[in-house]
Amino acid sequence: MPEQNSNKNEWPLWEVFIRSKAGLDHKHAGSLHAIDANMAIENARDVYTRRMEGVSIWVVESKYIHASDPDSSGALFDPANDKIYRHPTFYDLPDELTHM
Amino acid sequence: MKNQILYTLQLSDNALIYGHRLSEWCGHGPILEQDIALTNISLDYLGQARSFYQHAANLFNALPQAEKQGMFLSVALEEKIKKGESIDEDDLAYLRDGWDFRNLLITEQPNGDWATTIARAFYFDTFNYLFYTQLKKSTDLQLAAVAEKSLKEVTYHKRWSAEWVIRLGDGTNESHVKMQTALNDLWPFTGEMFRMTDAEKDMAGNAGVDTAALYDLWLQEVAAVVDEATLKMPEGAWMQDGGKNGRHSEHLGYILAELQFIQRAYPGMEW
Repeated sequence: MPEQNSNKNEWPLWEVFIRSKAGLDHKHAGSLHAIDANMAIENARDVYTRRMEGVSIWVVESKYIHASDPDSSGALFDPANDKIYRHPTFYDLPDELTHM
Repeated sequence: MKNQILYTLQLSDNALIYGHRLSEWCGHGPILEQDIALTNISLDYLGQARSFYQHAANLFNALPQAEKQGMFLSVALEEKIKKGESIDEDDLAYLRDGWDFRNLLITEQPNGDWATTIARAFYFDTFNYLFYTQLKKSTDLQLAAVAEKSLKEVTYHKRWSAEWVIRLGDGTNESHVKMQTALNDLWPFTGEMFRMTDAEKDMAGNAGVDTAALYDLWLQEVAAVVDEATLKMPEGAWMQDGGKNGRHSEHLGYILAELQFIQRAYPGMEW
Protein backbone atom coordinates (compact mmCIF):
# COMPACT_ATOMS: atom_id res chain seq x y z
CA MET A 1 0.00 0.00 0.00
CA PRO A 2 1.49 3.37 -0.92
CA GLU A 3 2.38 5.80 1.87
CA GLN A 4 -0.79 7.72 2.83
CA ASN A 5 0.90 10.90 3.92
CA SER A 6 1.75 13.11 1.00
CA ASN A 7 2.65 15.87 3.43
CA LYS A 8 4.86 15.04 6.39
CA ASN A 9 2.88 17.41 8.60
CA GLU A 10 -0.35 15.59 7.91
CA TRP A 11 -1.60 13.29 10.65
CA PRO A 12 -1.79 9.58 9.89
CA LEU A 13 -5.00 8.06 8.60
CA TRP A 14 -6.96 5.55 10.71
CA GLU A 15 -9.76 3.17 9.84
CA VAL A 16 -12.65 3.10 12.28
CA PHE A 17 -14.77 0.08 13.17
CA ILE A 18 -17.94 0.46 15.23
CA ARG A 19 -19.93 -2.18 17.08
CA SER A 20 -23.52 -1.02 17.07
CA LYS A 21 -24.59 -3.19 19.98
CA ALA A 22 -23.26 -5.96 22.17
CA GLY A 23 -23.07 -9.27 20.36
CA LEU A 24 -22.71 -7.79 16.87
CA ASP A 25 -19.50 -7.45 14.89
CA HIS A 26 -17.47 -4.30 14.61
CA LYS A 27 -18.22 -2.86 11.18
CA HIS A 28 -16.12 -0.50 9.15
CA ALA A 29 -17.54 3.01 9.61
CA GLY A 30 -15.00 5.19 7.82
CA SER A 31 -11.66 6.80 8.36
CA LEU A 32 -10.18 9.84 10.05
CA HIS A 33 -6.91 11.56 10.92
CA ALA A 34 -5.29 11.36 14.35
CA ILE A 35 -1.82 11.55 15.82
CA ASP A 36 -2.05 8.30 17.80
CA ALA A 37 -4.45 5.50 18.74
CA ASN A 38 -5.82 7.35 21.73
CA MET A 39 -6.75 10.38 19.73
CA ALA A 40 -8.11 8.19 16.95
CA ILE A 41 -10.56 6.57 19.37
CA GLU A 42 -11.65 9.94 20.75
CA ASN A 43 -12.03 11.40 17.28
CA ALA A 44 -13.98 8.33 16.23
CA ARG A 45 -16.27 8.80 19.21
CA ASP A 46 -16.91 12.39 18.14
CA VAL A 47 -17.22 11.78 14.42
CA TYR A 48 -18.94 8.38 14.21
CA THR A 49 -20.98 7.83 17.38
CA ARG A 50 -22.84 11.13 17.74
CA ARG A 51 -26.18 9.55 16.91
CA MET A 52 -25.92 6.52 19.18
CA GLU A 53 -24.33 4.40 16.45
CA GLY A 54 -22.10 2.44 18.72
CA VAL A 55 -21.11 0.82 21.98
CA SER A 56 -17.53 -0.03 21.09
CA ILE A 57 -14.82 1.34 18.80
CA TRP A 58 -11.83 -0.23 17.12
CA VAL A 59 -9.25 1.78 15.25
CA VAL A 60 -6.34 0.62 13.16
CA GLU A 61 -3.85 2.76 11.33
CA SER A 62 -4.72 2.50 7.64
CA LYS A 63 -1.18 1.62 6.61
CA TYR A 64 -1.47 -1.69 8.49
CA ILE A 65 -4.38 -2.83 6.38
CA HIS A 66 -3.34 -5.07 3.51
CA ALA A 67 -5.80 -5.28 0.65
CA SER A 68 -6.32 -7.77 -2.14
CA ASP A 69 -5.26 -6.67 -5.58
CA PRO A 70 -8.27 -5.44 -7.61
CA ASP A 71 -6.62 -6.79 -10.78
CA SER A 72 -6.75 -10.32 -9.48
CA SER A 73 -10.35 -10.15 -8.34
CA GLY A 74 -11.37 -12.37 -11.25
CA ALA A 75 -9.11 -15.18 -10.13
CA LEU A 76 -9.95 -14.70 -6.48
CA PHE A 77 -13.71 -14.32 -6.49
CA ASP A 78 -15.27 -15.48 -9.77
CA PRO A 79 -14.75 -19.22 -9.10
CA ALA A 80 -17.27 -18.97 -6.25
CA ASN A 81 -20.00 -17.85 -8.65
CA ASP A 82 -21.27 -21.27 -9.69
CA LYS A 83 -21.03 -23.01 -6.31
CA ILE A 84 -24.51 -22.41 -5.08
CA TYR A 85 -24.36 -25.50 -2.87
CA ARG A 86 -22.11 -23.55 -0.49
CA HIS A 87 -25.01 -21.33 0.56
CA PRO A 88 -26.99 -22.60 3.52
CA THR A 89 -30.23 -21.76 1.72
CA PHE A 90 -31.42 -25.34 1.82
CA TYR A 91 -32.01 -25.22 5.55
CA ASP A 92 -35.16 -23.92 7.24
CA LEU A 93 -34.17 -21.40 9.88
CA PRO A 94 -36.38 -20.64 12.87
CA ASP A 95 -37.75 -17.06 12.85
CA GLU A 96 -36.05 -16.26 16.14
CA LEU A 97 -32.65 -16.73 14.56
CA THR A 98 -31.46 -13.32 13.39
CA HIS A 99 -28.23 -11.89 12.03
CA MET A 100 -27.50 -14.83 9.75
CA MET B 1 -36.34 30.63 46.85
CA LYS B 2 -34.69 33.72 45.41
CA ASN B 3 -31.25 32.28 46.08
CA GLN B 4 -32.26 28.99 44.52
CA ILE B 5 -33.24 30.85 41.35
CA LEU B 6 -30.07 32.93 41.29
CA TYR B 7 -28.02 29.82 41.92
CA THR B 8 -29.68 27.93 39.09
CA LEU B 9 -29.16 30.90 36.79
CA GLN B 10 -25.48 30.92 37.67
CA LEU B 11 -25.23 27.35 36.43
CA SER B 12 -27.26 27.93 33.31
CA ASP B 13 -25.36 31.09 32.42
CA ASN B 14 -22.05 29.25 32.74
CA ALA B 15 -23.29 26.58 30.37
CA LEU B 16 -24.86 28.99 27.86
CA ILE B 17 -21.96 31.43 27.63
CA TYR B 18 -19.29 28.76 27.56
CA GLY B 19 -21.28 26.71 25.04
CA HIS B 20 -21.65 29.81 22.88
CA ARG B 21 -17.92 30.47 23.01
CA LEU B 22 -17.17 26.93 21.86
CA SER B 23 -19.76 27.22 19.09
CA GLU B 24 -17.67 30.06 17.65
CA TRP B 25 -15.12 27.38 16.69
CA CYS B 26 -17.65 25.75 14.36
CA GLY B 27 -16.05 25.65 10.92
CA HIS B 28 -12.75 27.00 12.26
CA GLY B 29 -11.31 23.97 14.07
CA PRO B 30 -7.71 23.03 13.30
CA ILE B 31 -8.89 19.77 11.75
CA LEU B 32 -12.31 18.39 10.92
CA GLU B 33 -12.24 15.86 13.75
CA GLN B 34 -11.53 18.48 16.41
CA ASP B 35 -14.02 20.87 14.90
CA ILE B 36 -16.66 18.21 15.51
CA ALA B 37 -15.30 17.47 18.99
CA LEU B 38 -15.70 21.13 19.95
CA THR B 39 -19.18 21.50 18.55
CA ASN B 40 -20.21 18.27 20.30
CA ILE B 41 -19.00 19.74 23.58
CA SER B 42 -20.72 23.01 22.79
CA LEU B 43 -24.02 21.18 22.25
CA ASP B 44 -23.57 19.33 25.53
CA TYR B 45 -23.34 22.68 27.28
CA LEU B 46 -26.32 24.17 25.45
CA GLY B 47 -28.33 21.14 26.57
CA GLN B 48 -27.25 21.72 30.16
CA ALA B 49 -28.13 25.39 29.87
CA ARG B 50 -31.64 24.56 28.67
CA SER B 51 -32.30 22.19 31.55
CA PHE B 52 -31.12 24.71 34.12
CA TYR B 53 -33.04 27.60 32.51
CA GLN B 54 -36.24 25.56 32.42
CA HIS B 55 -35.81 24.81 36.10
CA ALA B 56 -35.08 28.46 36.95
CA ALA B 57 -38.13 29.60 34.97
CA ASN B 58 -40.36 27.10 36.77
CA LEU B 59 -39.08 28.21 40.16
CA PHE B 60 -39.58 31.83 39.19
CA ASN B 61 -43.11 31.36 37.84
CA ALA B 62 -44.11 29.75 41.13
CA LEU B 63 -43.22 32.90 43.09
CA PRO B 64 -45.98 35.28 44.21
CA GLN B 65 -46.22 38.26 41.85
CA ALA B 66 -44.89 40.70 44.48
CA GLU B 67 -41.64 38.76 44.81
CA LYS B 68 -41.16 38.48 41.06
CA GLN B 69 -40.74 42.15 40.39
CA GLY B 70 -37.31 43.58 40.92
CA MET B 71 -35.41 40.33 40.71
CA PHE B 72 -33.94 41.32 37.37
CA LEU B 73 -32.49 44.61 36.21
CA SER B 74 -33.17 43.97 32.53
CA VAL B 75 -35.99 46.13 31.18
CA ALA B 76 -37.19 43.71 28.51
CA LEU B 77 -37.67 40.90 31.03
CA GLU B 78 -39.14 43.10 33.76
CA GLU B 79 -41.77 44.43 31.35
CA LYS B 80 -42.93 40.93 30.64
CA ILE B 81 -43.02 40.11 34.34
CA LYS B 82 -44.97 43.29 35.18
CA LYS B 83 -47.67 42.25 32.74
CA GLY B 84 -48.10 39.11 34.81
CA GLU B 85 -46.86 36.81 32.05
CA SER B 86 -44.94 33.67 32.94
CA ILE B 87 -41.39 33.37 31.65
CA ASP B 88 -39.56 30.49 29.98
CA GLU B 89 -36.04 29.33 29.16
CA ASP B 90 -35.81 31.57 26.10
CA ASP B 91 -36.78 34.68 28.05
CA LEU B 92 -33.98 34.01 30.51
CA ALA B 93 -31.43 33.44 27.76
CA TYR B 94 -32.48 36.23 25.42
CA LEU B 95 -34.09 39.00 27.45
CA ARG B 96 -31.55 39.57 30.19
CA ASP B 97 -28.80 42.16 29.87
CA GLY B 98 -25.21 41.61 30.90
CA TRP B 99 -25.62 42.68 34.53
CA ASP B 100 -28.23 39.97 35.07
CA PHE B 101 -25.86 37.27 33.81
CA ARG B 102 -24.08 35.35 36.55
CA ASN B 103 -21.59 33.24 34.63
CA LEU B 104 -17.97 32.86 35.66
CA LEU B 105 -15.62 35.29 33.91
CA ILE B 106 -13.56 32.40 32.58
CA THR B 107 -16.49 31.18 30.47
CA GLU B 108 -16.73 34.45 28.55
CA GLN B 109 -13.01 34.83 27.80
CA PRO B 110 -12.25 34.80 24.07
CA ASN B 111 -11.22 31.58 22.32
CA GLY B 112 -7.78 32.94 21.39
CA ASP B 113 -5.51 30.34 19.85
CA TRP B 114 -5.95 26.59 20.24
CA ALA B 115 -3.88 26.50 23.45
CA THR B 116 -6.06 29.23 25.00
CA THR B 117 -9.24 27.34 24.21
CA ILE B 118 -7.68 24.19 25.67
CA ALA B 119 -6.46 25.92 28.85
CA ARG B 120 -9.88 27.48 29.44
CA ALA B 121 -11.56 24.12 28.86
CA PHE B 122 -9.08 22.31 31.10
CA TYR B 123 -9.59 24.59 34.10
CA PHE B 124 -13.36 24.71 33.67
CA ASP B 125 -13.91 21.01 32.84
CA THR B 126 -11.84 19.89 35.82
CA PHE B 127 -13.94 22.14 38.04
CA ASN B 128 -17.23 21.07 36.46
CA TYR B 129 -16.42 17.42 36.92
CA LEU B 130 -15.90 17.89 40.66
CA PHE B 131 -18.86 20.24 40.86
CA TYR B 132 -21.39 17.94 39.20
CA THR B 133 -20.12 15.00 41.24
CA GLN B 134 -21.34 16.93 44.28
CA LEU B 135 -24.44 18.51 42.72
CA LYS B 136 -25.66 14.99 41.95
CA LYS B 137 -26.44 14.76 45.67
CA SER B 138 -28.51 17.96 45.70
CA THR B 139 -31.75 17.96 47.66
CA ASP B 140 -33.21 19.86 44.69
CA LEU B 141 -34.07 16.78 42.63
CA GLN B 142 -34.16 18.73 39.40
CA LEU B 143 -30.61 20.01 39.91
CA ALA B 144 -29.51 16.52 40.94
CA ALA B 145 -30.99 15.02 37.76
CA VAL B 146 -29.31 17.55 35.48
CA ALA B 147 -26.03 17.02 37.33
CA GLU B 148 -26.22 13.28 36.91
CA LYS B 149 -26.80 13.54 33.17
CA SER B 150 -24.19 16.26 32.74
CA LEU B 151 -21.55 14.41 34.70
CA LYS B 152 -21.20 11.83 31.93
CA GLU B 153 -20.69 14.59 29.39
CA VAL B 154 -18.24 16.50 31.54
CA THR B 155 -16.23 13.36 32.30
CA TYR B 156 -15.51 13.17 28.59
CA HIS B 157 -14.82 16.92 28.27
CA LYS B 158 -12.31 16.71 31.07
CA ARG B 159 -10.52 13.78 29.50
CA TRP B 160 -10.46 15.57 26.14
CA SER B 161 -9.03 18.84 27.44
CA ALA B 162 -6.50 17.19 29.77
CA GLU B 163 -5.18 15.09 26.90
CA TRP B 164 -4.70 18.19 24.81
CA VAL B 165 -2.83 19.96 27.62
CA ILE B 166 -0.45 16.99 27.77
CA ARG B 167 -0.12 16.78 24.00
CA LEU B 168 0.71 20.44 23.59
CA GLY B 169 2.83 20.75 26.73
CA ASP B 170 4.83 17.63 25.93
CA GLY B 171 4.86 18.37 22.19
CA THR B 172 7.12 20.73 20.27
CA ASN B 173 8.91 23.75 21.70
CA GLU B 174 6.34 26.02 20.12
CA SER B 175 3.31 24.12 21.43
CA HIS B 176 4.93 23.93 24.89
CA VAL B 177 5.41 27.70 25.03
CA LYS B 178 1.89 28.39 23.77
CA MET B 179 0.32 26.01 26.27
CA GLN B 180 2.27 27.49 29.18
CA THR B 181 1.35 31.02 28.13
CA ALA B 182 -2.32 30.11 27.90
CA LEU B 183 -2.32 28.44 31.34
CA ASN B 184 -0.64 31.51 32.83
CA ASP B 185 -2.97 33.99 31.12
CA LEU B 186 -6.15 32.27 32.28
CA TRP B 187 -4.92 31.45 35.78
CA PRO B 188 -6.35 34.64 37.38
CA PHE B 189 -9.81 33.53 36.24
CA THR B 190 -9.70 30.26 38.19
CA GLY B 191 -10.13 31.72 41.69
CA GLU B 192 -13.68 32.83 41.04
CA MET B 193 -14.86 29.23 40.71
CA PHE B 194 -14.16 28.67 44.40
CA ARG B 195 -15.10 32.09 45.82
CA MET B 196 -18.68 31.69 46.93
CA THR B 197 -21.44 34.23 46.45
CA ASP B 198 -24.18 34.81 49.02
CA ALA B 199 -26.53 32.64 46.99
CA GLU B 200 -23.95 29.86 46.88
CA LYS B 201 -23.27 30.05 50.61
CA ASP B 202 -26.98 29.90 51.27
CA MET B 203 -27.43 26.86 49.04
CA ALA B 204 -24.30 24.96 50.07
CA GLY B 205 -24.78 21.87 52.11
CA ASN B 206 -28.28 20.95 50.92
CA ALA B 207 -29.39 21.93 47.41
CA GLY B 208 -26.06 23.44 46.38
CA VAL B 209 -22.35 22.68 46.42
CA ASP B 210 -19.67 24.02 48.73
CA THR B 211 -17.32 25.00 45.92
CA ALA B 212 -14.65 26.39 48.25
CA ALA B 213 -14.23 22.84 49.53
CA LEU B 214 -13.49 21.61 46.00
CA TYR B 215 -10.37 23.74 45.60
CA ASP B 216 -7.77 21.35 47.02
CA LEU B 217 -8.94 18.47 44.88
CA TRP B 218 -9.13 20.70 41.80
CA LEU B 219 -5.60 21.99 42.37
CA GLN B 220 -4.33 18.45 42.82
CA GLU B 221 -5.95 17.23 39.58
CA VAL B 222 -4.79 20.24 37.59
CA ALA B 223 -1.25 19.98 38.95
CA ALA B 224 -1.02 16.28 38.06
CA VAL B 225 -1.91 16.96 34.41
CA VAL B 226 0.32 20.04 34.22
CA ASP B 227 3.18 17.99 35.57
CA GLU B 228 2.63 15.17 33.09
CA ALA B 229 2.57 17.80 30.35
CA THR B 230 6.05 18.96 31.48
CA LEU B 231 4.56 22.39 32.19
CA LYS B 232 4.74 24.56 35.28
CA MET B 233 1.82 25.49 37.51
CA PRO B 234 1.08 29.19 37.11
CA GLU B 235 1.89 31.38 40.06
CA GLY B 236 0.15 34.43 41.38
CA ALA B 237 -2.44 34.72 44.08
CA TRP B 238 -4.40 37.65 42.70
CA MET B 239 -7.68 36.52 41.20
CA GLN B 240 -10.34 38.11 39.02
CA ASP B 241 -13.80 38.26 40.50
CA GLY B 242 -17.31 39.52 39.78
CA GLY B 243 -18.99 37.42 37.08
CA LYS B 244 -21.16 35.51 39.51
CA ASN B 245 -22.46 38.83 40.83
CA GLY B 246 -23.11 40.34 37.41
CA ARG B 247 -19.85 42.29 36.98
CA HIS B 248 -18.35 41.15 33.70
CA SER B 249 -15.45 41.70 31.36
CA GLU B 250 -16.19 43.66 28.19
CA HIS B 251 -16.41 40.38 26.28
CA LEU B 252 -19.84 39.42 27.56
CA GLY B 253 -21.54 42.37 25.85
CA TYR B 254 -20.28 41.25 22.45
CA ILE B 255 -21.40 37.69 23.08
CA LEU B 256 -24.89 38.80 24.07
CA ALA B 257 -25.14 41.17 21.12
CA GLU B 258 -24.65 38.23 18.80
CA LEU B 259 -26.61 35.73 20.86
CA GLN B 260 -29.64 37.89 21.53
CA PHE B 261 -29.88 40.08 18.45
CA ILE B 262 -32.59 38.17 16.61
CA GLN B 263 -34.90 37.84 19.62
CA ARG B 264 -34.43 41.49 20.55
CA ALA B 265 -35.02 42.75 17.01
CA TYR B 266 -37.87 40.34 16.26
CA PRO B 267 -39.41 39.40 19.63
CA GLY B 268 -40.91 35.93 19.80
CA MET B 269 -39.57 34.97 16.39
CA GLU B 270 -39.42 31.23 15.73
CA TRP B 271 -37.70 29.20 13.07
